[in-house]
Amino acid sequence: MTQTTESFSVSVANVRKAYGTTTALDDVSLTVQAGEFLTLLGPSGCGKTTLLNLIAGFVQPDQGSICIDGESVNELPPYRRSIGMVFQHYALFPHMSVADNVGFGLKMHQVPKSEIAVRVKAALEMVRLGQLGERRPRELSGGQQQRIALARALVINPKVVLLDEPFSAIDKNLRAEMQVELKQIQQRLGITTIFVTHDQSEALSLSDRIAVMSNGQIEQLSAPADLYRHPASSFVASFIGDINRFPCVIKARTETTCTVAMADTLLTLPITHPALSIGAAALLFIRPEELTLVPSHSDAANLGTGQVDTHVYQGTHVDVYVRFADARVLRVRHPGWQATSLFALGQAVGVQANLQQAFIFPAR
Amino acid sequence: MDQLLRVMVRVVIALTLCFVALPSLVVIVTAFNDKAILMFPPTGFSLRWFERAITYDDFRRGLMNGFIITAWASSLALVCGTLGAVVIERYRFAGRRWLEAILLSPLVIPHFTLGIAMLILASAMHVERTYSLVVLCHVILVLPFVMRSVYVSLKNIDPALGRAAASLGATPLQCFLRIDLPLLAPGLAGGWLFAAILSFNEFTATLFVTGQRTQTLPVAMYTYVREYADPTMAALSALLIAATVLFLLAANRWLGLARILSIEAGR
Repeated sequence: MTQTTESFSVSVANVRKAYGTTTALDDVSLTVQAGEFLTLLGPSGCGKTTLLNLIAGFVQPDQGSICIDGESVNELPPYRRSIGMVFQHYALFPHMSVADNVGFGLKMHQVPKSEIAVRVKAALEMVRLGQLGERRPRELSGGQQQRIALARALVINPKVVLLDEPFSAIDKNLRAEMQVELKQIQQRLGITTIFVTHDQSEALSLSDRIAVMSNGQIEQLSAPADLYRHPASSFVASFIGDINRFPCVIKARTETTCTVAMADTLLTLPITHPALSIGAAALLFIRPEELTLVPSHSDAANLGTGQVDTHVYQGTHVDVYVRFADARVLRVRHPGWQATSLFALGQAVGVQANLQQAFIFPAR
Repeated sequence: MDQLLRVMVRVVIALTLCFVALPSLVVIVTAFNDKAILMFPPTGFSLRWFERAITYDDFRRGLMNGFIITAWASSLALVCGTLGAVVIERYRFAGRRWLEAILLSPLVIPHFTLGIAMLILASAMHVERTYSLVVLCHVILVLPFVMRSVYVSLKNIDPALGRAAASLGATPLQCFLRIDLPLLAPGLAGGWLFAAILSFNEFTATLFVTGQRTQTLPVAMYTYVREYADPTMAALSALLIAATVLFLLAANRWLGLARILSIEAGR
């Protein structure tokens, strides 16, 4: 398995899918580059699994086309699409040995017996389980089973590998290890990968690009850092990373900046969304690490003054929750561990925001 | 107190076992009586009723008929029941619930009703009371049991297995033969066994649809009892009990093996 698999790409164009009156996918288009690791991220019911099943061929689109490696696969059943799939609960065949599980796809593709043995051995060694070939799946741990499932999907050299929440059933400590392993194998083989998850930290750490989905649509398709630093909608801003969110009203705007009123404070910040008109209600987002605690009533306290409500110690930082007179609560991230002693509970503190890193979107 | 409770539980269990086993024991003991009457306790020892049970022509023919009918009926029911269970479990279509209700209805319809209905239907269509008629009747009767058994086994198969097989290049037929069928094996064997026992012992409906030539063992026994009251019946019953016990022991071994070869039942 050391040879690099030829790279293939996937494209989805204007796909719609409804179940009865519920729309699962609403005009979704997407292109996955050859060798890319793309994640479909969203809350349950957003359509990410439906999209994956459409690409796999388990579900037929009502409209739109799906191409793998430049060829339309709309008319092809799953068993002719040359995909590798990994499932949430492993889906290993319980009546077969581990080696027979891994060899199943090769057998279905009429690969000669002697070659099957060689390739199965290599695939098992790739996932570092070379010695377990004779075992039954039920004798293995969850992590081992999922590695077998990965080997089974990759051994047939598929054009694209699809992973449906593969690590969500796996013990949390093991999960990080499995993620690194998957990423390493994916990079070594250079195989086009589509990964479905609802876990944003998993998506951020693994992906080349992430498609954030909500209500059957792709909200934003960007590299992880762009998604975090430049969310395109209030949904993405709320879904990716920790963030503070406040309702506000647009008071004035220029080409590049706008002035908003939040409670009794006026703030001027860069425009991050085109549809912001004067007098409209909007939502202001700012991440906890872009807020700083300053002495109360200092000039720097552009968000105003409140009282320290709670400390949440997180090892590398402390999250300090500040409660304002109007009951708004802000989460401020203070690096190091000293915040618990620097800012006592009940103490009055000012909050300074780096407004260059704030996001503003129209309220829906 | 605990001690007393434990003793009482044991006594109750022992009594229950006695109660269940007693009729069989009485029959077996009676079979060895030397007089030509059904009597308990027996007054002497003889094997002549066993000899008569084995050599009596109607019983021999009934046993053979029973085997033929049971083999066909349970095997046909296995095929139909499996297809029915697969269709009902895997596909969603209009009338699915109705199909299920109709296929399961013999569970609640009295066998008497079914037997007489088959008889009326056969005579209306001028069909002789052949083996086919009896087999058809038995297939209908045992179908629900086979279907239930297969249906439960199907439910236990993770749908992702079929998808995994498809993603690996297995056509639906290959998927059924290599994934579903091996995983269904214990359910199929259990369903077939249950069907065979039911079919072999069925009396009420069989009485209506069998003729002199096609009568099964239970019907032959009924006919015999109407004419004679000697311990031949007890001897035959004793033989049947012994045969059933041996059959179940063998089946359990084989079924247990089948289960280990597939899923669940850890080592």
